[in-house]
Amino acid sequence: MSESSPKPHAAPRGELYGLLGEFEEVTAVVAAAKVFRDEGFTEWDVHSPFPIHGIDKAMGAKPTILPWLVLIGGVLGLIAGIVLSWWTNAVNYPYLISGKPQWSFAANVPVIFETTVLFAAFTAGLGMLVLNKLPLLYHPLFKSRRFRRVTSDRFFIVIEAHDPKFDLARVKDLLKASGAKGIEEIFEDL
Amino acid sequence: MHGEVDNTYDDPAHRSPLVVGDHDFTSVTEQVCSIVERRTPRAWYIAMAIAAPLAGMFIALIGYLFTTGVGVWGNNNPNAWAFPIVNFVFWVGIGHAGTLISAILFLFRQKWRTSINRFAEAMTIFAVICAGIFPMIHVGRPWLAYWLMPYPNQREMWPQFRSPLLWDVFAVSTYASVSALFWYIGMVPDLATLRDRAQSRVKQIAYGILALGWNGSSRHWLRFEKAYLLLAALATPLVLSVHSVVSFDFATSQLPGWHTTIFPPYFVAGAVFGGFAMVMLLAIPARQFFGLKDFITMRHLDNMAKIMLATGSIVAYAYMIEFFTAWYSGHAFEQFVFMNRPLGPFAWAFWIMFTCNVIIPQLFWFKKCRSNLWVLLLVALCINIGMWFERFVIVITSLHRDFLPSSWGSFSPTWVDMGMLVGSFGLFFTLFLLFCRFLPMVAMAELKSVMPQAHAHAHHDEEQPKTTEKANRDATADAKPQAAGGDA
Repeated sequence: MSESSPKPHAAPRGELYGLLGEFEEVTAVVAAAKVFRDEGFTEWDVHSPFPIHGIDKAMGAKPTILPWLVLIGGVLGLIAGIVLSWWTNAVNYPYLISGKPQWSFAANVPVIFETTVLFAAFTAGLGMLVLNKLPLLYHPLFKSRRFRRVTSDRFFIVIEAHDPKFDLARVKDLLKASGAKGIEEIFEDL
Repeated sequence: MHGEVDNTYDDPAHRSPLVVGDHDFTSVTEQVCSIVERRTPRAWYIAMAIAAPLAGMFIALIGYLFTTGVGVWGNNNPNAWAFPIVNFVFWVGIGHAGTLISAILFLFRQKWRTSINRFAEAMTIFAVICAGIFPMIHVGRPWLAYWLMPYPNQREMWPQFRSPLLWDVFAVSTYASVSALFWYIGMVPDLATLRDRAQSRVKQIAYGILALGWNGSSRHWLRFEKAYLLLAALATPLVLSVHSVVSFDFATSQLPGWHTTIFPPYFVAGAVFGGFAMVMLLAIPARQFFGLKDFITMRHLDNMAKIMLATGSIVAYAYMIEFFTAWYSGHAFEQFVFMNRPLGPFAWAFWIMFTCNVIIPQLFWFKKCRSNLWVLLLVALCINIGMWFERFVIVITSLHRDFLPSSWGSFSPTWVDMGMLVGSFGLFFTLFLLFCRFLPMVAMAELKSVMPQAHAHAHHDEEQPKTTEKANRDATADAKPQAAGGDA
């Protein structure tokens, strides 16, 4: 269990960022997440190579507001499409084509539809990145060699040091009890 | 066949595995990343040596067109649209299969899509790039193509929003940008995998920037999955709209053979049909040469063949109903155009189309044919040829003889027309080869999430959250038999 507990450092490498526990199985990491949820930790996360089904419940994570942002983006796109085609073709530069009405909604639907989808899709994509605070080109976790397998085949629980309930010894015990195969202290040394 | 695991059986009591062979998360990462990480295979250089010069020729011919004028093409007065528009519609159509796989099959929870969606999406983007070039160079004065965009300008004019040609500008550019976004967002976690495995400094920095600092956080994954679902839901009506709008270019005109309400669904079905044929053409060599047989299984190919059979039947129905509509309309010009197609000067094109798109795909009714790689490849090739000829038939046979015999004409392509068609394939394959070499070809994260090991065993961890040590050991014990995966 303690085969890879951190060696004492000769000199502290800056402030403690948090404690990282490594897991090899989905079942184990989900069970461990429930432990930390029930203990009332707030500043912590589960890192995994793929989205784990049901991890939101196991972590007690709140649903994202992204769908509402996308709705707003879509409505803005809809309005933008209507205003663009109406103002340019019926007000600013009226076209008269075969005596047809200058503002006929049906003929403008394709463009309005496209702007709606365009705005909504970019809100979904970019909104996800912004809510996730990405791009983020540096993170203390990236210094851990162990953590490099998070994008391949390992699962991690990271408890941040600024969590109000954070206590190094206690968190270490909890990680051990939930079956972490390796525990490592992460420092931010910028 | 060839000793491969057969997972094409249909037993409702037994879900067939999506990944065959003895794979775990580690081996999936290894297998997919090794395509990018190992030395460039010789076959890649050979393929590139063919594709890249053709792409170069395409660019050179565009330069020749710009400096000389549209007279270098075979376009003439009744046939003003000719090859550039045939190629445009062909390439836009190819793209549709990628979005169908990535968006529509995702919404329908067709999990088998995960191993083919990444490169099908890449195919979409490269096909749309090829498609976008043709109308752009066809506008007559291509250096003024930006006039199509609505922006305040010194001419004090705006584009005409009631014109299908402008709808096309919006539809194709929205489609291209949303597809690129969908593709890139979906690829970020896999780029992070390549970043974390990169050995050289250049690769670390390049993949590091592209991966945007992805660290697999579950809070990130939750938003990522939501964003992916929303993008899929938005891309679905988008992909149906794109080829519908392309078909409006024809259907809203007055020309017999074009002026028909069947066009939007007929075009969309044809696009999916042709696009899947292209996915098949790319998937079969890719799984052979890059060792992806365990991920792109026979069942994937079988499913794709069935989709081609279904969409091909819709296309066949549309061909026939067009004749019925022409006869039933009692409209002399409409009837003439449809008699002129199978019997007129371009009858050869019509019969190539009909043979390739209607007769040959009937082979897919037989399971023997759906599980033979050579049959799959040949039929897919035929469908691609047939779908190109479908657009040729629609454009040329309708244009070359319309109302007045005095305005009839004929059409023959010039060497520049042929060169540009071949060159566009060169560009497409060059981009695709670059993609295979430098980007993750299979969506690793998604593939892992559909493997049996990816699911926690609820009955253990709900009961005793405190004694997780024991729960973990039990779960490991009963996860192992499933992890073997090859339960076929």
